[in-house]
Amino acid sequence: MDQPPENRWTRRHLLSLEALSKAEIEFLLDTADSFKEVSTRSIKKVPALRGRVVVNAFFEDSTRTRTSFTLAASRLSADVIDFSEKGSSVSKGETLIDTARNIEAMGVDILVLRHPAAGAAELLARTVKCSVVNAGDGAHEHPTQGLLDLYTIRERFGRVAGLKVAIVGDIANSRVARSNLWSLTKLGAEVIMVGPPTLLPRSFESLGARCVHDFDSIIGEVDVINMLRVQFERIKSSQFPSVREFTRLFGLTSERFSRCKPDVFVMHPGPMNRGIEISSTIADGPNSGILTQVANGLAVRMAVLYLVTAASV
Amino acid sequence: MRTVYDETDVRRTIATLTDRIAAAFSGEALLNIVGIRTRGEVLARRLAEKLAGRGFAKIGRGVLDITLYRDDLSEIGPRPLVRPTEIHIDMDGHPLLLVDDVLFTGRSIRAALNALSDFGRPGAVRLAVLVDRGGRELPIAPDFTGLMLKDVPKDHRVNVKLKEIDGRDEILVEPRG
Repeated sequence: MDQPPENRWTRRHLLSLEALSKAEIEFLLDTADSFKEVSTRSIKKVPALRGRVVVNAFFEDSTRTRTSFTLAASRLSADVIDFSEKGSSVSKGETLIDTARNIEAMGVDILVLRHPAAGAAELLARTVKCSVVNAGDGAHEHPTQGLLDLYTIRERFGRVAGLKVAIVGDIANSRVARSNLWSLTKLGAEVIMVGPPTLLPRSFESLGARCVHDFDSIIGEVDVINMLRVQFERIKSSQFPSVREFTRLFGLTSERFSRCKPDVFVMHPGPMNRGIEISSTIADGPNSGILTQVANGLAVRMAVLYLVTAASV
Repeated sequence: MRTVYDETDVRRTIATLTDRIAAAFSGEALLNIVGIRTRGEVLARRLAEKLAGRGFAKIGRGVLDITLYRDDLSEIGPRPLVRPTEIHIDMDGHPLLLVDDVLFTGRSIRAALNALSDFGRPGAVRLAVLVDRGGRELPIAPDFTGLMLKDVPKDHRVNVKLKEIDGRDEILVEPRG
């Protein structure tokens, strides 16, 4: 059947959400909708990527994202190879590009890359011939997380436009915050970044976000609260006074939660520091979308892997 | 070669198809009718309504998107939108009528059969098509055909237009491209 051009996906890589148009993001979410159905079948597998090879190249620790990509690839009937930095030639001093070229030489179709350096996926996409999917590059972007957050919000509210979304905590070190910001604003949501001045650069205002340092000032007006993980491994001590003070000012405590809209939707990209940025009763409560996010992540990643393998683009 | 079939022709063709199907199945037993997206879905809906009007009491309905099962998936360029498959029927052991608008190479039907087998094991699968234009590349034949077009050249396509999607009922034989 002939379809109008806006009903087609033409990108070979998924590197950032900043680069995508609103129509492309919506196309991705709609595709994810169809893939969600696959996971409800008794045979949870389709032959779409039969004979294709997906390599998970993770240069940073990850449980959720890596497992999710592995499962997504296997539900599409692709073969999956896990590559990790530890015990590889990377520890012998091989450069990222050499490692990637060697992996590619084995006949890989999609390289899923998680790397501590911002721009790593972009760099590889320019170097290798296979498709590259960014699974997190430094503090730059984590596009599939941004997409699954967006998908989960759209599923919950039936829309994204007009919603007020607070992204709270360690904004400076968060690639999720950046991917959230790009995708939410493109679809018409209002984004409010909340955090201490040391962890919330003013530069976010020029990217279209409202920045506030007082969580309580906006707590009653938001529809969605995305609590970011405090990334102790990335934070310099000067940025962060004390855990107790952070929780008191920026944690989603039961007291603070009681002043939210009754149907506020609480999200967290995981892994959670329970009792620090979010209290356990809220994380496990009826307003929490945290496990839904994980389930939707699978459908979103199936959609991404399927779409980037389009031939002859 | 005739190249245009209008609304009256389409109505007559669907009526013929309904007659043939009604004669082949029992109205008492469950009959599942599954349409292949996009126009097969619409045809399946129309056939189900007509059969219900003729006393078919138990009709199960489903929709199949075969994109993920196509054998040319690695060759087609930009990705078209995959739409959800909706199969919530009691499939095992019951007859199933697969519906599509045009039967050409048979590859879509091959894909649909593979997709169906992921959902269950029908007692028998039968194929109904509005138009059979020949040109098979696989050993697949329809059980019920509305209109047989024998002389359509390979470089032509048969376009079925349906009111629900296209605003009018029409069958057109046109050069490709």
